[in-house]
Amino acid sequence: MEKFTVHTGLVAPLDRENVDTDAIIPKQFLKSIKRTGFGPHLFDAWRYIDVGQPGMDLTKRTLNPDFVLNRPQYRGASILLARKNFGCGSSREHAPWALQQGGFKAVVAPSFADIFFNNSFKNGFLPIALQESEVARLFDEAVGAPGYRLTIDLAAQTVTTPSGEAMHFDIDDFRKKSLLNGWDDIGLTLRNAAEIKAYEERRKRAEPWIFG
Amino acid sequence: MTAQTLYEKLWDSHLVREDPDGTALIYVDRHLVHEVTSPQAFEGLALHGRAPWRIGSVVATADHNVPTHARSEGIADPISRLQVETLDQNVVKFHVKTYFGMNDRRQGIVHVIGPEQGATLPGMTVVCGDSHTSTHGAFAALAFGIGTSEVEHVLATQCLLTKRLKTLLIRAEGKLPPGVTAKDLVLAIIGKIGTAGGTGHAIEFGGSAVRAQSMEGRMTICNMAIEAGARSGMVAVDETTIDYLRGRPLCPQGEMFDTAAAYWRTLVSDPGAKFDRVVDIDVASLKPQVTWGTSPEMVVSIEDRVPDPSKEADPARRGAIERALEYMGLEPNVAMSDIAIDKVFIGSCTNSRIEDLRAAAAVVKGQRVAKNVKLALVVPGSGLVKTQAEKEGLDRVFLDSGFEWRDPGCSMCLGMNDDKLAAGERCASTSNRNFEGRQGAGGRTHLVSPEMAAAAAIAGHFVDVRRGR
Repeated sequence: MEKFTVHTGLVAPLDRENVDTDAIIPKQFLKSIKRTGFGPHLFDAWRYIDVGQPGMDLTKRTLNPDFVLNRPQYRGASILLARKNFGCGSSREHAPWALQQGGFKAVVAPSFADIFFNNSFKNGFLPIALQESEVARLFDEAVGAPGYRLTIDLAAQTVTTPSGEAMHFDIDDFRKKSLLNGWDDIGLTLRNAAEIKAYEERRKRAEPWIFG
Repeated sequence: MTAQTLYEKLWDSHLVREDPDGTALIYVDRHLVHEVTSPQAFEGLALHGRAPWRIGSVVATADHNVPTHARSEGIADPISRLQVETLDQNVVKFHVKTYFGMNDRRQGIVHVIGPEQGATLPGMTVVCGDSHTSTHGAFAALAFGIGTSEVEHVLATQCLLTKRLKTLLIRAEGKLPPGVTAKDLVLAIIGKIGTAGGTGHAIEFGGSAVRAQSMEGRMTICNMAIEAGARSGMVAVDETTIDYLRGRPLCPQGEMFDTAAAYWRTLVSDPGAKFDRVVDIDVASLKPQVTWGTSPEMVVSIEDRVPDPSKEADPARRGAIERALEYMGLEPNVAMSDIAIDKVFIGSCTNSRIEDLRAAAAVVKGQRVAKNVKLALVVPGSGLVKTQAEKEGLDRVFLDSGFEWRDPGCSMCLGMNDDKLAAGERCASTSNRNFEGRQGAGGRTHLVSPEMAAAAAIAGHFVDVRRGR
């Protein structure tokens, strides 16, 4: 997995609540059997005027000039700012894949849906929950200041604004270590193979029908 | 011993290890697999040279991409076809024993066939790369959706890395009025607690209104736990659960069944068990529900009107209502019963079981689909549901009324196959998500019960199904 340590990047403010995974990456792109190729279709239905299909020639598509990520000042943005309950809906891991492949390293919002939140960590993509009032302030600042950048320091658990104000965020210790080190979860779990086997033997005796 | 909730019992019985910081390894009993979220997981396994830990736990089917008509001609879309063929190949390569491929008569939506086959049992942990895995909690299983990395993790280790959730009891006491269904109950719950109301929690649905539900009704309720933000929803075991399971192909048989059932009966929250939160729902005054917006929490009763954003004080909320109304092509204050529809979809893992089809057929019997309705689809949840419905003559009822009678799959719930809404089309749908573009780019979805969808098909607009009774 890709490591995450410190990142400074341009902020794109997406002023919406309940951004769902269908919006992040629409269903027609889920037909892919690969882990890549989702970046150009991030927020496809909002980003383009025409309806997107897998494999289409991107140069022939019409961008929606009203969509915030299409504005020139947000080109190259790597930190997404959004409102509460970001990533609600389906379990598609294509959502964090699309965000990551669309150039984003992190998303800052007041809250996240559980499955999206969990999936993000598996890919080195960092979802950061800040207080609603802090996010509101970041929105005001980002919208008001072209080229607005934030610095995320995972080890310190801070988001720092251009004026030097550091906002603290909480993160589960295990997830933090995994991200900082780029650990492979499966490899870690398999270190406990003997314990898993012992557990399995106990269950086989107690509930043999599970193993039928 | 201290009184435990059902969730705590399920957690404890699956705990392989727990670190001091609460990070835990949980053992997975049943792994349901479908074609959309599994190819990258199987590929990852092969790339790392890892073998599946217990392939016998896997039950696989193709459901999201499959056509619902002319199936013998195969899948026309080459990208969809490749995804289904990739699952076919992975099943062979990794020796999956229980596979209901596209042309198997038992094929169907993964969340319909799991319970139908007895692959979902009380006391199990059930996972699937699909958020509606919460459905299986109806059997007092700890069931939740996972992403593709976790699909690979479960294939390789039979475990998940996770943390204990908080518990939320939703208590629905009383009797549902006639014409008000499990779907209306769960929509009302989501309307009350919001789409993030259950975030971080496992929900137990309890109370006499839930106890009175059939397994089909309980599955409908648990199915939409994720729409309230909770990865898992569950219902305690009772005789309804045991009776449903007896004789199912993958269920223990004979003496083993009795032994299992004795254990299953302990899978209830103990009297006095403490939940982190309790929410009470007033059931007696519940009315049929219809969503008006682009989130399942944007829901009112059929007697209500489209909300007026100008009456909303909170600016964020007002903006969300305005945006939803614009997308949905609705004016504020319009009566829900005045909203005309273009299409009807009866199906999905929420409402495509035999009971749903019976209820919808009873509403449409002897009547015709309204002229303004361009397409009314019935998509049974599985091949076995379809066969049963045909045995009961329900297919004739639907066909005579002007519905189309299709083959099983996810279909227009998310439109990964050809069943979609065109831009601007409005649909009465028994599915679970009304997000922008969910049923097709620009499509407008209103979530309702099967009875309400059937009544809307006949009337050509939303209508109170209780009035025809």
